[in-house]
Amino acid sequence: MSNFSQMIAEEEIALVEKPEKSEPLGLLFWLCVGWIGLNIIGAIFANVLPLQNPQFQDYNALNVGPSLHHLFGTDDLGRDLFARVVYGSRISLSVGAGSMLIGFGIGSPLGMLAAYRRGRFDTILTNLMYVFLAFPAIIATIAILSFWTPRSLIKIIVVIGVASIPLVYRVIRTATLNVATKDYIIAAKVQGATDRRILLRELLPNIAPIGISFLLIGVATVIALEGALAFLGLSVLPPTPSWGNMINESRTILQQNPWLAVFPSLAMCLFLLCLNFIGDRLRHHFDVTEVKL
Amino acid sequence: MLLGIVFIISVGSFYLIHLLPGNITTVIEGPGASPSNQAKLYKLLGLNKPLFQQYFIWISNVLRGNLGTSFISQTSVASTIRAALPIDLEMMFLSQVVAFATAIPLAMRSARKPDGWLDRIFSAGSFTLLSVPSFIVIVLLVLFVSVKLGVPHTGPSSYAPFNQDWIVNLESMGLPTIALAIGSFVVYFRVLRSDLIATLQEEFITMARSKGISQRRIMWRHAFRPSSVALLGTAGVNIGGLLAGGFIVQYLLNIPGLGYTLIQAINESDYLLVQGIVLVVSVGVVLINFIFDFVINIVDPRISRE
Repeated sequence: MSNFSQMIAEEEIALVEKPEKSEPLGLLFWLCVGWIGLNIIGAIFANVLPLQNPQFQDYNALNVGPSLHHLFGTDDLGRDLFARVVYGSRISLSVGAGSMLIGFGIGSPLGMLAAYRRGRFDTILTNLMYVFLAFPAIIATIAILSFWTPRSLIKIIVVIGVASIPLVYRVIRTATLNVATKDYIIAAKVQGATDRRILLRELLPNIAPIGISFLLIGVATVIALEGALAFLGLSVLPPTPSWGNMINESRTILQQNPWLAVFPSLAMCLFLLCLNFIGDRLRHHFDVTEVKL
Repeated sequence: MLLGIVFIISVGSFYLIHLLPGNITTVIEGPGASPSNQAKLYKLLGLNKPLFQQYFIWISNVLRGNLGTSFISQTSVASTIRAALPIDLEMMFLSQVVAFATAIPLAMRSARKPDGWLDRIFSAGSFTLLSVPSFIVIVLLVLFVSVKLGVPHTGPSSYAPFNQDWIVNLESMGLPTIALAIGSFVVYFRVLRSDLIATLQEEFITMARSKGISQRRIMWRHAFRPSSVALLGTAGVNIGGLLAGGFIVQYLLNIPGLGYTLIQAINESDYLLVQGIVLVVSVGVVLINFIFDFVINIVDPRISRE
């Protein structure tokens, strides 16, 4: 959640801070996009790709270091670590994408409508969301998941997704408020454009860049959160691999085989780094064009 | 507002127990319990009364400091929480001191020359750390500091209460403090840096410069106070995340704070203890947020006047 809190603070600062010069997205940006794309392809086509079975236990090769046959080595049950890391990305990615789909699917239309309509609808909804924002979402997530048994991937996605709605609402509402007072929106209203047209054709494209960069940072936050839940035993249960529960399981044999902690950690950090970087870059990039207009 | 939120939290934590699948008496007495025993317990727990009446009985007990008695350990939930809470507070205090003590000077240094080489190093470093969750930090710290370097009293299960052996206590708090401080540092550094850069472009700073006030004095006396509002706001929001990060760190290092107790309680299906901890922690986070809001109003009186 810390990324989220920083995001909100930075967003409020961004209203004051003027970007100095227009900068291109850069090579690093595209490398990150490529890496994210590779991960997504790996997650989707994991059972088609020439990977070893992530559940197969080879007792002749326990705790083997990285080699050509086992790229990342094997774990204490002789399972291929590379295959497990690739399969593990499925859980992390689907939690990240699924819960943000819920959060943005509900939070952003509400935020846009509230900021566009204003009036009593906005007042009631915003106050309600602020009450929920004050509620520590992480504690609520932990509490609900620990009581709502048996645990499943869908429940995790729903709980995190619903918990993120107030944050998304707040970000999108602020972004829409900034745009809704611009001259071209007033011009569109004067021309007699319908509310639907203004919302979809005028407002949406203009808040989309901010929305997308927050979406990416949100996905990164949620993936880290899923890892944290896995540590608490509240995510999908082993033997289904997820990055979080692989790192968690590796703790007990950290001394014999540190690779077990290193590879899933590296996979997770690199993925999060790329998401954060793309999100951050996009925000700066689009801030610039907005000022140039 | 505050009372409203606390009320919603209390209803939420009360209702949690009803999320349990099946009959709660089966959960407590086990699947082999006889129907008459189940009925007795059902009455004993007051479950035959209407829901809102159950809530009022529960909340009036809670307000008197009675959070119930655990079915598993037969000890009072309130006393368990009272024993664990100081550890969380100590951890939070230490990590925040370290985070502020490092983030504030580094952010000032960075903001003095934005895009200078020092700023670039600090910014890139903080950006990388932003993507490393605290549970990975703590696993790597244990791997290198406790296992490879063999520093004593830093590994799992080395915790000792402060009043028993304060040296061991502080040593065992070292790694958790670093792990939690890193997470907070990254956020504080980035927020304060961008706010300071914006503040330093304001006219009153140019005015102060033209009067010949030293760089150091401008930073601390003129720029830091307006910029600290964003910092405090972020810190307030950050507390919830910090607590959750603390939970995992405690669990990994066997430090018997609230987080460790909570996970233990989840694993043992000690639902009353889970409920009690959730209630206490949620109310605590809300109170801390309100304290931060109050402090922000003192630092920047313009906010409350709006």
